[in-house]
Amino acid sequence: MAVREFAERGADLQLVGIQKRFPGFTAIESLDLTIPAGSFFALLGPSGCGKTTTLRLVAGLEEPTEGRILIGGADVTATKAHQRPVNTVFQSYALFPHMTVIENVAFGLRRRRIGDATSRAHEALKLVELDHLAQRRPQQLSGGQQQRVALARAIVNRPALLLLDEPLGALDLKLRRQMQLELKGIQEEVGLTFLHVTHDQEEAMTMADTVAVMNRGAIEQMGAPAELYDLPRTAFVANFLGQSNLLTGEVVGTTPTSIAIDAGGHRVVVPVDRAQVHRGRITVGVRPEKVSLHREAPAEASDRNVLGPGRVIDVSFSGVSTQYLVEVAGIGTLLVFAQNIGIGPVAALGDEVWIGWSVEHGFGLADLAPDEGRFAADDSTSSLAVQAREELVAELGES
Amino acid sequence: MSGEVQAGAVLGGLAEEQQLDGGPRRAGGRRGARPRRIGLGDWLLPAYAVIALVFLLIPIVYTFVFSFNDSIKSNISWRGFTFDKWLNVCNVEGGAVCEAFGNSIVIGLVSTLIATTLGTMIAIAIVRYRFRARSAISLLLFLPMATPEVVLGAGLAAQFLAVGVPKDMLTIILAHTMFCISFVVVTVKARVASLDPALEEAGRDLYGSPSQVFWRVTFPLLTPGILAAALLSFALSFDDFIITNFNSGSVSTFPKYVYISASRGIPAEANVIASAVFLFAIVLVIAAQVSRAARAKRLAKLG
Repeated sequence: MAVREFAERGADLQLVGIQKRFPGFTAIESLDLTIPAGSFFALLGPSGCGKTTTLRLVAGLEEPTEGRILIGGADVTATKAHQRPVNTVFQSYALFPHMTVIENVAFGLRRRRIGDATSRAHEALKLVELDHLAQRRPQQLSGGQQQRVALARAIVNRPALLLLDEPLGALDLKLRRQMQLELKGIQEEVGLTFLHVTHDQEEAMTMADTVAVMNRGAIEQMGAPAELYDLPRTAFVANFLGQSNLLTGEVVGTTPTSIAIDAGGHRVVVPVDRAQVHRGRITVGVRPEKVSLHREAPAEASDRNVLGPGRVIDVSFSGVSTQYLVEVAGIGTLLVFAQNIGIGPVAALGDEVWIGWSVEHGFGLADLAPDEGRFAADDSTSSLAVQAREELVAELGES
Repeated sequence: MSGEVQAGAVLGGLAEEQQLDGGPRRAGGRRGARPRRIGLGDWLLPAYAVIALVFLLIPIVYTFVFSFNDSIKSNISWRGFTFDKWLNVCNVEGGAVCEAFGNSIVIGLVSTLIATTLGTMIAIAIVRYRFRARSAISLLLFLPMATPEVVLGAGLAAQFLAVGVPKDMLTIILAHTMFCISFVVVTVKARVASLDPALEEAGRDLYGSPSQVFWRVTFPLLTPGILAAALLSFALSFDDFIITNFNSGSVSTFPKYVYISASRGIPAEANVIASAVFLFAIVLVIAAQVSRAARAKRLAKLG
């Protein structure tokens, strides 16, 4: 039994207590997620975090080990992929090479025996401005055009839910920007629910209404892009979504509006309502573009944090801004983005500088920053599998 | 005798062509314009190539030419040119040549059909599914290719004898199906392995039921490989003498007929059939090449 009717508009998606185990490792620990109808939702995370698995579970290409999937309130957990009102734009596009573009686009309509398949397919191709190439084979199209065909092939079916599996990953930067805008435009035009999976934080932030940051098979934080960026809750989010300077220390003072920590001998203050934890050892952070550089020690002020003196150990110019790496004794290196508003650099390599930021820009995290480097490579699929295996072996060894 | 061997080789070649269809063409290197010295390679390689080709073609040319020989009983010495043998192929020895040829065609078609169907299914199963003894099975499938034909033929004959199956067309078809399956599996397996699983997933995602996905996505994409496998197994079956001879009983096939009549002189009609098969294969190859060139041209015009 195929889905014979078009969805009137996007439907909401609910994942309840989803768990997915593969032989050797668990891809998704426990996932509860509700995506409202008509929204553009992005699942953001590093490779191996379980985001593609989540997508495949929703599409029906994998079965969850536990939990339920509801689309528009109806439980579809037990149904097969071809029975779900869901379409996917695959990472590799997966266009059928033995069919023309128009046959590709009409494929879903024909399987559902929807009348007038060809003219509907032409309409969908017009939407992505590729109708003039309808008789070509997919191999004769450029990457961007193939991507648009894949999109047309999915939206022509008017699915209640459209899944996008890193569809822009194979495109170059300029084309990707253009496609991001087009995708967003199409989503607003047709009013479908989009679930977009990506590891590109910039893509997620520009396109989605809501972003969920996923790590190790669980959602770390969810919210509007600006909200997530402004107030990350965990160290992972703080560093995956943009960059952050993180400082760890004991809480040494609390006022009704702020708390102060002692980070390597420096006093750093954050507002109480922007900190997740208020006592003990905590990690606070600030975004590098909120930090300013000073050539001389600035005057003490209650609404500013000042660290220094430190030494500039790296300067890299990137057009709009300049990145400085500043080493401060007792804390380590801090990153500063300075807008190139004036003429010439603010500081040079080896200069002694002070850095400061407004207290209200700081945030306190729920967990502690990991001690090791910023780019611990322990989150790829293979290393996750290895890790899980080691744990399993250790467990077996104990018993 | 060499006619059908060559035809087999040509068909096999066509099969390879088919399989490589769509692969990237390697660009030919261009010689630099530096001053040339006449080296050993400049004449040795062409000479070697010419000798090799002549060596390969002599038996075919011989077979072809002697199909026009006005022979009486044995077709060894040249007695004069005639079209009689071509026009009256089936009139010699009560049509024994044609009967043998017909048997070979029937056996070839039936065993190709069975072997290709089963082999394709096995290939898909081995590549796509994980099951117990999967690697053992894929190793065992190589065995018929590695085993000497005499051993296979004699072994099968002994089995048929032990079970008490009378030897006829059916036993030949069974024997041919058995050794053709290995070749089909190997050929189709390569094609299945290169098939992106996402294509089938896309078919499922786009409301295709399992059977629709197979017939509209998987099968069309595997077709070149399956076709190549079918051509190969037909050529192998048509060409086979050793295994056939052990398992045929009184049924005659074309290779068997030629072999048996060789002792008392092969009639020119055998040359006629061998030449005809060869010509047919050549026409097939040329037609395939021409149609592919035409298609490439059409695509280039579109692009």
